[in-house]
Amino acid sequence: MSSFINASIGKKFLVSISGLFLISFLAVHLFVNLFLLGGQESYNLIAHFMATDYVISVMEPMLAIGFLLHIIYSSYLTITNQSTRPHKYKIVDQSDTTSWASRNMFVLGGLVLIFLVIHLSNFWFQMQFGEMEYIEYGGVMVQDAYSLVTAKFTIWWQVLLYVAAAGFLGLHLLHGFQSAFLTLGLYNKIWRQRLMVIGILYTIVITAGFSLIPLYFLIAHYTT
Amino acid sequence: MEFNLKIWRQKDARSQGGFIDYNLKGVSGEMSFLEMIDYLNKTLIEGGEEPVAFEHDCREGICGSCSLYINGRPHGPEDLIATCELRMTRFKDGDTIVIEPWRAKSFPVLKDLIVDRYAFDKIMQAGGFISVNTGAAPEANSIPVSKEAADEAYDAAICIGCGACVAACKNSSAMLFVAAKVSQLSLLPQGKAETAKRARAMVEKMDELGFGSCTNTTACETECPKGISMAHIARLNREFLLAGLKS
Ligand code: SF4
Ligand code: FES
Repeated sequence: MSSFINASIGKKFLVSISGLFLISFLAVHLFVNLFLLGGQESYNLIAHFMATDYVISVMEPMLAIGFLLHIIYSSYLTITNQSTRPHKYKIVDQSDTTSWASRNMFVLGGLVLIFLVIHLSNFWFQMQFGEMEYIEYGGVMVQDAYSLVTAKFTIWWQVLLYVAAAGFLGLHLLHGFQSAFLTLGLYNKIWRQRLMVIGILYTIVITAGFSLIPLYFLIAHYTT
Repeated sequence: MEFNLKIWRQKDARSQGGFIDYNLKGVSGEMSFLEMIDYLNKTLIEGGEEPVAFEHDCREGICGSCSLYINGRPHGPEDLIATCELRMTRFKDGDTIVIEPWRAKSFPVLKDLIVDRYAFDKIMQAGGFISVNTGAAPEANSIPVSKEAADEAYDAAICIGCGACVAACKNSSAMLFVAAKVSQLSLLPQGKAETAKRARAMVEKMDELGFGSCTNTTACETECPKGISMAHIARLNREFLLAGLKS
């Protein structure tokens, strides 16, 4: 096992497996976010369900491990890759041969990580440690997460931040999605095209979903 | 045609090296890129200067020795050809052409445009073969091979070991080369038996020699003169992961 992890492909395996896990988490996250459109009660109830003991006690550590593996191993690979060409070329022309996203995954990932810190302090930190309002639904006291979230989405620069982050995440996914399958060996000449199409569609759904919801609340705030 | 050439000159492996500008007149469009350098060298020798050292052998795209990084791309601006197959008609009269050697820690420059690609041989020695007892060649038709497997193996077997994949890769990864070798052998019954061992040994050697880790940018595939597909990298990954599960 240790020789497996020591090998470049072993580390890449961890980056791709954790990446796919995070990719599937994005779908769950977006699904939960859609409840925002259903109004205060629907969102508060789903948020309450997500925060119940058995969901959160499984999800939180798994997500933390997923993020850590993804960040640690991709950083390690990126840093060690820096030393493989001590003498740089005078000219490099890759504009037609590779995608911009594929060449800048580390930067894109870094931008997403910066956003993640702000995002967690906006919501997760507030819900865990902040002063939250409670509303009673059918005898159960539930945190008013809806008001917290929608209040943030009335601040234009916060919304701008969320839209920009969805864009960076989209570019990261555009390469990351198919790249993960390639690294796992689940890829051949036929599936290459299919994975590309699925990856693009998935990226569009995720990017559009995560940017349109904040935009919707911002526009609603200024028009009503 | 007339060209302004900017060529990397380096006396030997220990020297610093740098770009030297040459203005070359009287180049004809039919000349291959290497013939253009031959012509430059002729003028250099006539002027009492040291000719530019570069590698070449077959000059028909099959040996893999030619290895020039031309205007930011290995083997020049055209896809699916080696430097020796590149014609000067591809350039415009008066163009500036920057010619560099392959750049990678694992491919040190020996002189001018010649790099040491012995690292590839070391990877091959680690597992790029089939262990057989010597003796009379067996009857070729006694081991059936499907047409699909034969074709796919052939697609990998046409790798000429030029190193353009390493030169093109932003991580100087040798994955496409190693993938071509592992893939070719693992597709055929004679090579299949040792696939796990081979994949592990060749990948370990590749890592040890200082090649970078592949990030699937596909630069190698586009620049490979033989069009070796990323699908072979996927097969190498698969074989390596399966080898890991078995161990
Ligand atoms: S895979 Fe292509 S680019 Fe790499 S060594 Fe083989 S022929 Fe050259
Ligand atoms: S000289 Fe043989 S491939 Fe170019």
